[in-house]
Amino acid sequence: MPFFGIHLPHKKGTAQSATVKLPLPEVVKIPMSQHMGTPCEPTVKVGDTVTVGQKIGDSTAFMSTPVHSSVSGTVKAIGDYLLASGKVCKAVVIETDGNQTVSEDVKPPQVDDLKSFIAAIKESGCCGLGGAGFPTHIKLNVDIKDKPIDSLVINAAECEPYITSDCREIIERPDDVIDGIKQVMKYLEIENAYICIEKNKPEAIKLMKEKTASEGNIKVVPLRASYPQGAEKVVAYSATGRIVGEGELPSAKGIIVLNVSTAGFISRYLKTGMPLVEKRLTLDGDAFRTPCNVMALVGTPVSKLIKFADGAEGAIAKLIAGGPMMGMCLYDFETPVTKTNNAILGFTEKLAVRKEEQTACIHCGRCVSACPMKLMPNEIAKAYEAKDADMLRKLKLNLCMNCGSCSYVCPARRNVAETNQLAKGLIR
Amino acid sequence: MRVNSMEKLLVSPSPHIRNDVSTAKIMGHVMIGLLPAVIAATVIFGGKALMLIGFCIAVAVILERISGAIMKRPDTTGDLSAAVTGLIFALNLPPTLPFWIALIGLFFAIVVTKMLFGGLGCNFANPAIVGRIVITLSFTSAMTTWSEPFSSDVTTMATPLASRSADYFDMFIGTTSGCIGETSALALIFGFVYLCAVKVITPSTPVAYVGTVALFSWIAGVDPLYQVLAGGLLLGAIFMATDYVTTPVTQTGKIIFGIGCGIITCVIRLYGSYPEGVSFSILIMNIVTPYIDMLCRTKPVGAKKPAKPQKEGM
Repeated sequence: MPFFGIHLPHKKGTAQSATVKLPLPEVVKIPMSQHMGTPCEPTVKVGDTVTVGQKIGDSTAFMSTPVHSSVSGTVKAIGDYLLASGKVCKAVVIETDGNQTVSEDVKPPQVDDLKSFIAAIKESGCCGLGGAGFPTHIKLNVDIKDKPIDSLVINAAECEPYITSDCREIIERPDDVIDGIKQVMKYLEIENAYICIEKNKPEAIKLMKEKTASEGNIKVVPLRASYPQGAEKVVAYSATGRIVGEGELPSAKGIIVLNVSTAGFISRYLKTGMPLVEKRLTLDGDAFRTPCNVMALVGTPVSKLIKFADGAEGAIAKLIAGGPMMGMCLYDFETPVTKTNNAILGFTEKLAVRKEEQTACIHCGRCVSACPMKLMPNEIAKAYEAKDADMLRKLKLNLCMNCGSCSYVCPARRNVAETNQLAKGLIR
Repeated sequence: MRVNSMEKLLVSPSPHIRNDVSTAKIMGHVMIGLLPAVIAATVIFGGKALMLIGFCIAVAVILERISGAIMKRPDTTGDLSAAVTGLIFALNLPPTLPFWIALIGLFFAIVVTKMLFGGLGCNFANPAIVGRIVITLSFTSAMTTWSEPFSSDVTTMATPLASRSADYFDMFIGTTSGCIGETSALALIFGFVYLCAVKVITPSTPVAYVGTVALFSWIAGVDPLYQVLAGGLLLGAIFMATDYVTTPVTQTGKIIFGIGCGIITCVIRLYGSYPEGVSFSILIMNIVTPYIDMLCRTKPVGAKKPAKPQKEGM
């Protein structure tokens, strides 16, 4: 069987924690680049009054979605902002007026066919809410006459430890999820949908089974709880048994993979027209005294979230946006929440600082057995040291999705995944 | 008041968590896996065997520490690999071997085979096996002087492989002559089950190795069970042919390695001039391991075959 997984501690302590709306921040900072693709250009000026749901950034580029204001208030500044990835983009700083006046642009979109559906999704500012943030309108923009899609895979695996935000979406808004699935199935003429949930979320599985009991073509697929079960290729295989090959999109195999929170959002947007301006996040880690799930407005500084979860900034040694396996370290407590954030983890020194130094590779082969793509990280490391780009291509380094399983299992504590990432620089 | 938050937060590439299996823990498991054999050796051959084991472990660690210091390398004895080498080496010695000969063997094992090649992970051959082969060839009579079980007398009793007349039960529980740790099949099988249970080794190499020896012997008209129980086969197959550093990484590679060891062992045992061929077979297969690894690469999921290079100038 392809796609081996590794076993990780689940740490889903916040699974029972109902989402709490975060208090309105005084100031939000909304970056113009919220996901992969072209950053937007601000469409507002300093001093402008903005309202909730008003478009404040747009781009004519294909690989881009607009950015909307999450608050009502006044634009205080527009400046350059350093993203966690090291890139610089523009950000709009808005001082809130406390009224949260909703923009008059916010009204249910006119949708009657696939074209208008895709156009509406683009206007909603929606991107993959699972973390990778692929713009949803591009994912759904497939030529169904030429390449019909027969399977909609709803990714609710949530295989990263700690994170429970997708699980809470299912439990708190099950009808939105089902409706979103139906809308996508309707406009893309998809026969079957599979809601894939890891078995460590029995409550979510039970609820989805109940809600889909009368829906013959929406199936709930309980998945073995193993990492990286939620990776696109892995979840597509678990649901349909089809392998999405090298350089292929799932649509080439008749599959569209959509995150469960994205499905829920699509339903709400079609009903209300409120674009993507808020995000559910799991706040967890040993630096937070009150781990919980919160609904935060896009642009809210992370420091507000930390305070809400009773985390002392002084005690936090490492702040991670996302899960512990693939999440990115934040270096600033004032980093704003973006559309693709699904968790903020605060680790104290105990969890953040590695006690053991890395030692020599002992060729134990654990990285090879752990790799879900069946790559050979040990050979990749050798080829990287020799700067042998041809060998790296032969070893199919391009298939590495940086899931981190190889580093996780390495008994010599080597930074195996990091080496893979560095090696990718040689074959670009 | 926050002065400079950029100084306080740690930034590192993902993943941010690791499991708790370390090199030292793996080596610790191997030592626990060898414990039944050590106990059996002490019961069968007495305190002198235990003393030789302790001596070898201590010397192996000291040699690694001293040579590492001379080579200006950080001390690596904490990973326990030197201790494991010392222990396995000791179990491959006759119980009455003079300590100074063991010292020479350990020098070749730790200093020459391991440290001069760059330390743990860089040696191409199993250090304990090279050490043993060096002293077997140099001090052949001392290395083939066996003592009877439960006796402190140095006799020149033949091992089951040479005598070809030992009792199955004796060979199974270990009450026969031979190297310190090789006589008790029962103790070694306990270790095998333990190492598989804690996932330090997979059964592939030992099963392929022992299976090949049994099959080869059966085809050659020799008693397969006798060949499996006699000599150092189980000790070699379970604890030396499974050494990570010097054996293939993939499961297919491990099986090829085991089959290769089995064939070479049988050829030496049945047709060669040495009664035992386990050490030589593992050493030879250690040498071909890089080639086995090259041939047995995994097939990445969904990988496309590269386009055939276009011929130029046609």
